[in-house]
Amino acid sequence: TYSVISPYRDCSDIYSIALCPNNHDVHIYKKDGTKWTKIHELKEHNGQVTGIDWAPESNRIVTCGTDRNAYVWSLKGEVWKPTLVILRINRAARCVSWSPKENKFAVGSGSRLISICYFEQENDWWVCKHIKKPIRSTVLSLDWHPNNVLLAAGSCDFKCRVFSAYIKEVEEKPGPTVWGSKMPFGEVLFESGPSGVSGGAGEGAGGGWVHGVCFSHSGNRLAWTSHDSTVAIAEGGKTSTLSSETLPLLCVSFITENSLVAAGHDCYPVLFVYDGTKGSVTFGGKLDVPKQTSQRGISARERFQNLDRRATSSETTEQGLESLHKNSISQISVLEGGKSKCSTFCTTGMDGGMVTWDVKSLESALKGLKIV
Amino acid sequence: MSKNNDSNQFRKVDVDEYDENKFVDDEDNGESQVGPDEAEVDSLIRQGNLMEALQAVLKNPPINTKNQNDRAEALMLKVLSAFKSSDIEKAVQSLDKNGVDLLMKYIYKGFEKPSENSSATLLQWHEKALSAGGVGSIVRVLTARKTV
Repeated sequence: TYSVISPYRDCSDIYSIALCPNNHDVHIYKKDGTKWTKIHELKEHNGQVTGIDWAPESNRIVTCGTDRNAYVWSLKGEVWKPTLVILRINRAARCVSWSPKENKFAVGSGSRLISICYFEQENDWWVCKHIKKPIRSTVLSLDWHPNNVLLAAGSCDFKCRVFSAYIKEVEEKPGPTVWGSKMPFGEVLFESGPSGVSGGAGEGAGGGWVHGVCFSHSGNRLAWTSHDSTVAIAEGGKTSTLSSETLPLLCVSFITENSLVAAGHDCYPVLFVYDGTKGSVTFGGKLDVPKQTSQRGISARERFQNLDRRATSSETTEQGLESLHKNSISQISVLEGGKSKCSTFCTTGMDGGMVTWDVKSLESALKGLKIV
Repeated sequence: MSKNNDSNQFRKVDVDEYDENKFVDDEDNGESQVGPDEAEVDSLIRQGNLMEALQAVLKNPPINTKNQNDRAEALMLKVLSAFKSSDIEKAVQSLDKNGVDLLMKYIYKGFEKPSENSSATLLQWHEKALSAGGVGSIVRVLTARKTV
């Protein structure tokens, strides 16, 4: 199974991906026509690699792992050379993300904090600052705002927050955004409420671990998915939530300013549509519709077998899942078009598979699917 | 062979209790939800106005308060049992998303303490609630931090 993956497209339009096959290493594969060939093996971590991010402009890879370390890898000739980054954490690192300008990266960990790392020229060394308050449990997911300062973080303490990760050593003071204008390091500009549910029986949906977070391309909207099978979007002080009928979604990404693709334990990606004026999130459709296999007749013996095994004598003998992915999808990555006009994205799952999805083909293949 | 004569009492200490970083749940004791109006629901049942009774019993769910919860649960069971099997589907469809989620919570609460014939009724309601709310509604029962 692949635990993490990071796609990369270089100037000559050749695709590479860096992935971790659930061990201590990172493998880099290059696409040759339709074939993928392994070209590098990055061995340095002493524990499972939990996060990989490939910075396209500077061509550096950052990895983090359960060994509580992060490494920044640079290509020297034909070899990737690691530089250790001390994160000063005492639990496993869980996720890592380069900032848009690639001069910082953030690492979420089980130490209930986020390490913001930047390069100190004078000492020729990566240093880090911690964002601690008010995080009370493991940080599961991170996404940077396009202004290179704000960072969204999803945590096991059931909250999605927007922090300022402003580092005066590497950047100018940022201008105001819809999230606020005062952004000292560590400031919390947004925190999801105990019940993101708008109205309703007021039962105070307790929420669940926040698995995936994603800023829209403009940075004005923030979406997150929780373990209680909800999807929420915050914009301008207002949060809209949808209680989904699916199993919990583990990852989410904007593909236009109004559309989200999310996937998780149901093993297929789904579309959600956000209406800013109405403040509503609606289910847009399942994106993996398997071809209907013709229903053949079912023998009496099979009927009894089904009754015995699955308490139902129905005709569909689903020996396995009908979706492309055979296990939970853990990651969605936009490949082409960015988050404003995504044309291709890929999903990776715990089945070790990577599936590339073409938005145009989906729109034409699935009746009634409209990506707005 | 040497014998370990040292005290093993340390094994009985719950070290997590002394962890200063221990996660303490946000105690929201300010919940003034006292539960559905029993009198109102009872009269609606007697009048045969079951759809209204269902709406009424779903109002003001008592969150996290022990004795209120049991009363509300008993009341809910009364309403659910009063329905004819053929009317259950329509009743579920009259509920909004939050209503379906709340109904699911009550159904599972009812499963915890089965009484005479309660499980049969609850299973019928469960089937209809499941088709309305999907497995997501069950996930929300499992992950809810504030239970009815």
